[in-house]
Amino acid sequence: MNVAVAVYDVKQDTFAPASEAGPAPKRVVVAFGFWVFLLSDIVMFSALFAAYAVLVRATAGGPTGVQLFNQVNVAIETACLLISSYTCGMMSLAVSTRRRADTYMFALITFVLGAAFLYIEVHEFADMIARGATPQRSAFLSAFFTVVGCHGLHVTAGLIWLAVMMAQVAIKGFRPSVDRRLLCFALFWHALDIIWIWLFTAVYLMGVHP
Amino acid sequence: MNFLGKLTWSAIPFDQPIIMGASGGVVLVIMAILGWVTLKGYVPYLWREWITSVDHKRIGVMYIVLGLLMLLRGFADAIMMRTQQAVAAGGAQGYLPPEHFDQIFSAHGTIMIFFVAMPLVIGLMNFAVPLQLGIRDVAFPTLNSVSLWLTASGILLTNVSLAVGEFAKTGWVAYPPLSELQFSPGVGVDYYLWSLQISGVGTLLTGINFVTTILKTRAPGMSYMRMPVFCWTALASNLMIVAVFPILTATFAMLLLDRYLGFHFFSVDAGGNAMMYVNLFWMWGHPEVYILVLPAFGIFSEVSATFSGKPLFGYRSMVAATMAICVLSLTVWLHHFFTMGASANVNAVFGIASMIIGVPTGVKIFNWMFTMYGGRVRFSVPVLWTIGFIVTFVLGGLTGVLLAVPPVDWQVHNSAFLVAHFHHVIIPGVIFGVFAGYIYWFPKAFGFILDERWGRRAFWCWFIGFHVAFMPIYVVGLMGMTRRLQHYDVVSWQPWLVVAAAGVAVIFAGIVCQIIQLLVSIRAREELRDVTGDPWNGRTLEWSTASPPPAWNFAVLPRVAGLDAYWSAKQRSRATQGKVTQARASKPIEMPKNTPTGFVNAFFAVVTGFALIWHIWWMAALGVFGAFVTFLAFAFREQTEVEIPAQAIAQFNRAHPTEVVL
Repeated sequence: MNVAVAVYDVKQDTFAPASEAGPAPKRVVVAFGFWVFLLSDIVMFSALFAAYAVLVRATAGGPTGVQLFNQVNVAIETACLLISSYTCGMMSLAVSTRRRADTYMFALITFVLGAAFLYIEVHEFADMIARGATPQRSAFLSAFFTVVGCHGLHVTAGLIWLAVMMAQVAIKGFRPSVDRRLLCFALFWHALDIIWIWLFTAVYLMGVHP
Repeated sequence: MNFLGKLTWSAIPFDQPIIMGASGGVVLVIMAILGWVTLKGYVPYLWREWITSVDHKRIGVMYIVLGLLMLLRGFADAIMMRTQQAVAAGGAQGYLPPEHFDQIFSAHGTIMIFFVAMPLVIGLMNFAVPLQLGIRDVAFPTLNSVSLWLTASGILLTNVSLAVGEFAKTGWVAYPPLSELQFSPGVGVDYYLWSLQISGVGTLLTGINFVTTILKTRAPGMSYMRMPVFCWTALASNLMIVAVFPILTATFAMLLLDRYLGFHFFSVDAGGNAMMYVNLFWMWGHPEVYILVLPAFGIFSEVSATFSGKPLFGYRSMVAATMAICVLSLTVWLHHFFTMGASANVNAVFGIASMIIGVPTGVKIFNWMFTMYGGRVRFSVPVLWTIGFIVTFVLGGLTGVLLAVPPVDWQVHNSAFLVAHFHHVIIPGVIFGVFAGYIYWFPKAFGFILDERWGRRAFWCWFIGFHVAFMPIYVVGLMGMTRRLQHYDVVSWQPWLVVAAAGVAVIFAGIVCQIIQLLVSIRAREELRDVTGDPWNGRTLEWSTASPPPAWNFAVLPRVAGLDAYWSAKQRSRATQGKVTQARASKPIEMPKNTPTGFVNAFFAVVTGFALIWHIWWMAALGVFGAFVTFLAFAFREQTEVEIPAQAIAQFNRAHPTEVVL
């Protein structure tokens, strides 16, 4: 008996495992690719976190975290970001059920909360710089401004992205390509929350611990 | 503030005949090529079919062209260094002043790693991986084009530094505090940093693209353990790209902040920590070595199986070894600086880890040899490169094990011995592998085989030239010569360095043979034409389609039932006298539409990079804005795919009946 032919004749579809299913649908491919991007972004942040951890005691006689960090501000910032993640989730639900008005509304709330977060952060930075705690003052402050500022830049990029996406919903309507981008935006926005939780813990909570 | 930032006429070194001659020559050649292309009316064709192409095969070919061109540039640097060191002994100063010599060795390392090895390896992955997986393109075709052109942007900026300003004089690793503004006030380090930031983004996007492609879009039936080994090594390589290139980006960003805004990450004052840069750099740098060498290992695996006419020995152990290297490569970075002053225990841990990583590599060597053992080996040119690699790489690996012993490393750290070692692994490991892959896949890409005779000559010149060039470097290293010397007082080193320079001449003969090989083959392409699509009696799916493959690769996605899918299909077809033929359903195929996004974005990346290097802030802002608008235009475009009509596919299938044999 010719084994090769016999194997060929076996119906493949009946018991094919997932790894033999062939190319995944585009939505899965795009979301997966974006997850891989987010992982790479988290790797970049971990390098910045490592730098912060190395330099946190290198204050060069300048101000320390205990003297600089304002817990109330940070609490408000955290609240803004976490609530904006919730409203972003609500937006995703509105997108999946094709409710256009709700999509705009939750996107707007998400945008406003993100902008409020940024406003407080910029204020905090300006205040520190005014008190002489500039990033040029010490290695600790260089690392602090970089790791927190990098997160802030990500939030800024997210806000621009959100605005562009709302324009896409308005002009192109809900369609697969717009849906996929909104899905990626939601992943991005939630990932920024995860990074903020680490920042909150590693920088602000551990920073005021004597 | 100056309108053009730091840029003035004095940036162009008119008083340096070597630099002006070289850059003038380059400009002339580029102008001549551009003029010829324009006069012949090729511009619309190039724009339509290549520059805006999102086809993974064409992108792969363009990557390889970039890499080969930069190989010539990097090799020119090598010739200058070797001739300088051959003459600058005793009181002699040679013909290169120190500030020029320093730029040359920095540019040589940077170009060879980032702009030769990376584009060549990524180019071969681009070309072969989707074909081997039995699919029509990568997961994100436009992103692929963006990656290519960002790499080209980095290359362009690096080469602009030849004529406008200067390149880094810090070595290709750019360690602070030397690379800080205080000690390197010129634009050289800025050229280095922005070129690599821009091309690094391109590489990261490639990594994301290929991880997604390999994990999510394989042909039906191709489970993980049915993937060709080259796809496994590509997966490992791209996983590492995703894992470590962001570290490089963050590290360079910190150095840029130090240089541009006076931060104190790596500075000598205000608590900065220069050793942190060295650690972060090698956390990227060591995996980078394996990012380059693993795909080459994959090529050797394909070549040894194909040309031995038998399945790869120990496929599973090969996969396990690949993934083990992928993980272990992240745990050995400290062996690049045992002299940092870490404790003996820390050094011991990293020394042992460095030796352990030799084990899976050894497994691979045995697998290749056992694949050939008992096989009917055809000693074609790719096999020559493979055997040359095995012989050479084992010795280079052994000197690596030597360097992994911390007390030995303390003796030879930063010596010429180290230089000899890493050339001894990278040249056979990466470059020989790339050349094997170039000859192996060339007929698939262009439809004709490369000339064998000139291929053999090229191999022997490279193989002999390599040993003549680098064995003496080990010797002078053990005699105490440190790396990067513009001149030296110890005249007893000179004979060895003269021999090394002679070796470079032999390698140069090899490169000339390769150029002749290409020209001869193009001229004789009708005799060398491959009409079967399967010139080597191949085993994997890329050989099942026509040479060159159509834009859609496969009219019907192949169904994979086991390892070496095409080989078993050929066996089946022979067993049934070719009666098992798939019905050629000619259905229309949706393919991604070509787009200039990648090219236009790269243009703005060059503008931004150049502006940032020269502190022309308005131009930098304009460049970033331009890139943003480019992406908006891409995001809002209406038509993203083109449909290839059924009759076009049927017509192609009639003209190229190869695939039907399946």
